[in-house]
Amino acid sequence: MSELNAAHPDAAKLEGMQHTKQYDFRLPEDYYYKSGKGLTKEVVEKISYLKGEPDWMLKFRLRALEIAEKKGRPKWGPDLSELNFDDIYFYVKPTERQGTVDSWDEIPEEVRKTYQRLGVPEAEQRVLAGVGAQYESEMVYHKLKEEWERLGVIFLDTDTGLKEHPELFKEYFATVVPPEDNYFAAINSAVWSGGSFVYVPEGVEVPVPLQAYFLLNAQNIGQFERTLIIGAPGSKFHYIEGCTAPAYTTNSFHSGVIEIICQEGSNVRYSTIQNWSHNVFNLVTQRALVYKDASMGWLDGNLGSKVTMKYPSCYLLEEGAHGEVLSIAFATDGQHQDAGSKMIHAAPHTTSSVVSKSISKGSGRASYRGLVQIHEGAEYARSNVECDALLLDEEARTDTYPYIEINEKTAHVGHEATVSKLDEEQIFYLMTRGLKEDEAMALIVRGFLDPVAKELPLEYAVELNRLIELEMEGSVG
Amino acid sequence: MNDKTLEIRDLRARIVGGDEILKGVDLVVPRGEVHALMGPNGSGKSTLAKIIAGDPQYEVTGGDILLEGESVLEMEPDERARAGLYLAFQYPVEVPGVSIANFLRLALNARRPEGDEIGVMEFYGKLQKAVKELNWDESILERNLHEGFSGGEKKRSEILQLLVLEPRYAILDETDSGLDVDALKVVSQGVNAARGPDFGCLVITHYQRLLNYIVPDKVHVMVNGRVITTGPKELAMELDQKGYDWVRETYAPAAAQ
Repeated sequence: MSELNAAHPDAAKLEGMQHTKQYDFRLPEDYYYKSGKGLTKEVVEKISYLKGEPDWMLKFRLRALEIAEKKGRPKWGPDLSELNFDDIYFYVKPTERQGTVDSWDEIPEEVRKTYQRLGVPEAEQRVLAGVGAQYESEMVYHKLKEEWERLGVIFLDTDTGLKEHPELFKEYFATVVPPEDNYFAAINSAVWSGGSFVYVPEGVEVPVPLQAYFLLNAQNIGQFERTLIIGAPGSKFHYIEGCTAPAYTTNSFHSGVIEIICQEGSNVRYSTIQNWSHNVFNLVTQRALVYKDASMGWLDGNLGSKVTMKYPSCYLLEEGAHGEVLSIAFATDGQHQDAGSKMIHAAPHTTSSVVSKSISKGSGRASYRGLVQIHEGAEYARSNVECDALLLDEEARTDTYPYIEINEKTAHVGHEATVSKLDEEQIFYLMTRGLKEDEAMALIVRGFLDPVAKELPLEYAVELNRLIELEMEGSVG
Repeated sequence: MNDKTLEIRDLRARIVGGDEILKGVDLVVPRGEVHALMGPNGSGKSTLAKIIAGDPQYEVTGGDILLEGESVLEMEPDERARAGLYLAFQYPVEVPGVSIANFLRLALNARRPEGDEIGVMEFYGKLQKAVKELNWDESILERNLHEGFSGGEKKRSEILQLLVLEPRYAILDETDSGLDVDALKVVSQGVNAARGPDFGCLVITHYQRLLNYIVPDKVHVMVNGRVITTGPKELAMELDQKGYDWVRETYAPAAAQ
């Protein structure tokens, strides 16, 4: 634990998050267990041991590690050369997670202020800040929990899910995103910890969104979370990964895997707005398998981070399946948001729709990378992709990489891309109505994002707006 | 000069780096009066409007703009707006995804001290009144600012905003252009509703037609970057009958060359 000096060494990594150079952020020594730096077989074994996992999970993890070593990093996409595994702690003991502090008062003032300005509920602030304190408004949670239990809904953190529902877990785990899928999915499979486990039984509609922060387990917003969501036939629900404030992490590598199974006739939505601190490499695999007449919707907002690579996808496996992606990416100075979607049409009469909105500012770079694939025999499949980019200044950059593969004559695929620049005339016009220049710019940006933002529950839309205002502050030279 | 005026004093201006467009404009609009500014195409009327509002495309090379005695030249467009100036644009821009109601709420709150946002009832009261004044349907408030609006609807929106924001001085830049008679009547009705002892207005128009509906207290005629004459409302009629050549020859033989 010699690396834990009086002034926490990782505090420096928070730079850029709040534009503050110095944090007087202290942690006591011997506060938590964490693995050594780097990714090794020993680390993986230790993780499984500490969690008391069944043998099959240990084997799965070790196999995933081998796969990762064989695969190596992707040779396309953003520059990841600064991501050095030898500097990363791959496991920190649950409930005493790295970056966890034992009281709210130890969180840097700047971070607390940001949460307050964002209007993030205090309970969520504490979780985001990594405070291990107990949730205070437990009443609300308990009421919802009772309701879920009555409906037969399982909503747990993933580690608990594995313990309490081993058979259900094993049946679906890693069936959507196997470790062979891609390098970062393999890394996640080897070292995963936390995430949500959701099962909604046949025909059940959950009226209130299932929100991850209700789980309020310190490990839930981990580095390598693994979320598994199963919608039984005819079920209908909305899961929200609430994380609109700068996720306060001293770790610079986040690689999650989200697996969703939408069984026949189900309707599942997954929404997340993420705002990682500006030092984080955010490399996430999100995928849904969509069966007969089921519908899957991803709403994905990417703010913050240093590099994000994230392509929510829908595998439309049976007739009448529908997939949707609405995504927002906001790249400011020094950031690269490489986001997009994948729509795989493997059955007749499947439909998909993608709306992607990106904003680039300063040296920020937003890319849309999307795949639409229509398999042979997927008759009358229809897909429509629309990506709009907004550049806030001369320096900002955007790229679009659409990949379209059609192997079916009756398919109908549309792709539309627009790039626009922040319009001086619009800014002037809004200013003549009394709005300050940065307010005018923020309003234009919000308007640009509106088609996506209006799909969010109100409180998240409000937070998104506040967040954009924060990003826009200081835009005016 | 009376401190309850908008005064343009010997104003000279050009497009940044370009030729001079305003060559010494003198004009005074007292609060409580409506003045018309007429003139041929290219005389600098719209340029004057944009410069008063603070358009950064232009630079002022001489003279001053005084809002009740205070120079606004160093003020940003938003500061001018909050100080009580309003420009109804000739070509209002579209701002996709921003509803009129939402936009007006922000604009009203921008005029109030922080933490003293306008109450919901008061806000909707204002909007309803303004919408009614313009024979409009309330559903317009939920539409995005000028997105998919016809030319006439855009002009109507400019007057709607005027009624809600209640500026002390408004400049209407060719609000009549492109309007049919019915739309013209509605827009004029809106402007007339705003008239009162606390409201000064400069109506820029190319044609006399608008002035049948918004009857001005005075008429200024601008030719080649200067106001060459000012007269009673009858001047507009005379101008309409005799044309701009007549006014040039009569009042500014030098400018006519």
